[in-house]
Amino acid sequence: MMRKFKEFIIEKLILISGLASIFFVVLIFLFLLKEGLAVFKTVSPFAFLSGKSWYPISEPAQLGILPLILGSLLVTLGATLISVPIGVACAVYISEVAPAKIKEFLKAGIELLAAIPSVVLGFIGMVTLVPWVKILFKLPTGLTALTGSIMLAFMAMPTIVSIAEDALYSVPKTYKEGALALGATQWQTIWRVLLPAASSGILAAVMLGIGRVIGETMAVMMITGNAALMPHTIFQPVRTLTATIAAEMGEAVVGGEHYFALFAIGIVLFVISFAINVTADLFLHQKK
Amino acid sequence: MMRNPYRTQKIAFFFMFLATLLIVVPVGLIVVVIIQKGLPAINWQFLTDIPRQGMRAGGIFPAIVGTVYLVLGAILFALPIGLMAAIYLSEYARDNFLTRMIRLAIVNLAGVPSVVYGLFGLALFVVFFKFGVSILSGSLTLAIMILPIIITTSREALESVPYSFREVSYSLGASKWQTIRNIVLPNAIPGILTGTILGLGRAAGETAPILFTVAAFYLPQLPGSILDQAMALPYHLYVISTQVPNVDEKVRYGTALVLLTLVLFMNLVAIIIRYQFRKKKKW
Repeated sequence: MMRKFKEFIIEKLILISGLASIFFVVLIFLFLLKEGLAVFKTVSPFAFLSGKSWYPISEPAQLGILPLILGSLLVTLGATLISVPIGVACAVYISEVAPAKIKEFLKAGIELLAAIPSVVLGFIGMVTLVPWVKILFKLPTGLTALTGSIMLAFMAMPTIVSIAEDALYSVPKTYKEGALALGATQWQTIWRVLLPAASSGILAAVMLGIGRVIGETMAVMMITGNAALMPHTIFQPVRTLTATIAAEMGEAVVGGEHYFALFAIGIVLFVISFAINVTADLFLHQKK
Repeated sequence: MMRNPYRTQKIAFFFMFLATLLIVVPVGLIVVVIIQKGLPAINWQFLTDIPRQGMRAGGIFPAIVGTVYLVLGAILFALPIGLMAAIYLSEYARDNFLTRMIRLAIVNLAGVPSVVYGLFGLALFVVFFKFGVSILSGSLTLAIMILPIIITTSREALESVPYSFREVSYSLGASKWQTIRNIVLPNAIPGILTGTILGLGRAAGETAPILFTVAAFYLPQLPGSILDQAMALPYHLYVISTQVPNVDEKVRYGTALVLLTLVLFMNLVAIIIRYQFRKKKKW
């Protein structure tokens, strides 16, 4: 009897924990709303999203996050353009071309990259990439959107490579054998058969890579210069949504307008990452 | 003009090889450079002394201790919940709408930007629960952040235990929980351990979630309770790289090396456990 009761309790606990992830996602969203929506008492949602000046501590405060949104978009676009071709090519190489021994070595290298903390990569970016960009493009400063794009492309690689590789791996062997039996070369098989067959998984890989880039905070804050101005070229400093929160929350007064505005930026980020992850998940589980 | 398909193949493979090098070579270089430039800074004093002269000299001991506390605190909260959630998904959940929702929630939790976790921790633990800027708030924030890693890896470990093991246990009259406890869990421990350690490594390296929930800019003493602020290695590296002028490069690289070693060591342990387990696995 006692044992039955104990098991009943344990099984209920397990069920509750099973629901924990739903609970936490909802809780995160609710608390962002609770603190963030208050900013719309002083600024309309439209003015918030499309305002061109972000001067949160001037009197009166100007809370337009368009420069920050564009900063994030610019850096993300650059990072995507760099990382997608290189990342997908690397995934194909690892899954289809590399000999077995080298394959394990390369996979370990990618896993190693995924494990390096972003603040360490930000530091390395500061001492290497930033001066290189400055000298190479003869700029007054190396802290630019381009620098951020390069570093973020690098940081998105583990996500893109591992998911794209999984997608290629899960293409049925018979597809490949069929193509090779018809006399196609290995490359023709990859280009005409494997890549199209794995396209939805590769698309998911790209999306999750983009999600990683938009959400990245520390490295981007350390190397993009953090100027909250409307960006015109990739050779100038920009400030992203994430870096704004990280850099300014320390000075914001709890319950003040600035504090609410930073939470409202959090809502924007949460909604973006939610949309990306749900869409990527749809692509990944399309066929099942 | 006929194109030679083999030449096209050669060119394509060459570019793919190049792309791979473009990723793997910098990874190797980064690790080598940090070791090479950081090693001269590492000595007994650096590891055991408090920061001195405005963090330009002395050691990083409080930051190391702070990170250890945070990571242990995070795992203390995340492991029980994560493991039970994994048991639910692997042993109890049916393929229905609720399970799909849980899976989607895990995916989303894993995708939430780390700085948003920081905001959430600030709003919920620091302000709403009034834990203040403290180790407790930081640990709880990190715990929720690593939950998806722990759930996903533990679930894989549990599901890799063959179904026949469970059937044998049931046929001997064991209840569902007895089967889980005595048969499934013991066989899944290496996998669960791997996931836990990977979670530890992630928690140790993250900066954004601890920025507003626990991290102290400069705190020349060790935290006395879980309601105290603490220094942490990743935040300390950020501070001495960007906020404090004229810090000797050696000190920066040294701090980066200690953090990198800590994180990579944990990943290495996880990989070794996984490898040993695969070798011994008899099914």
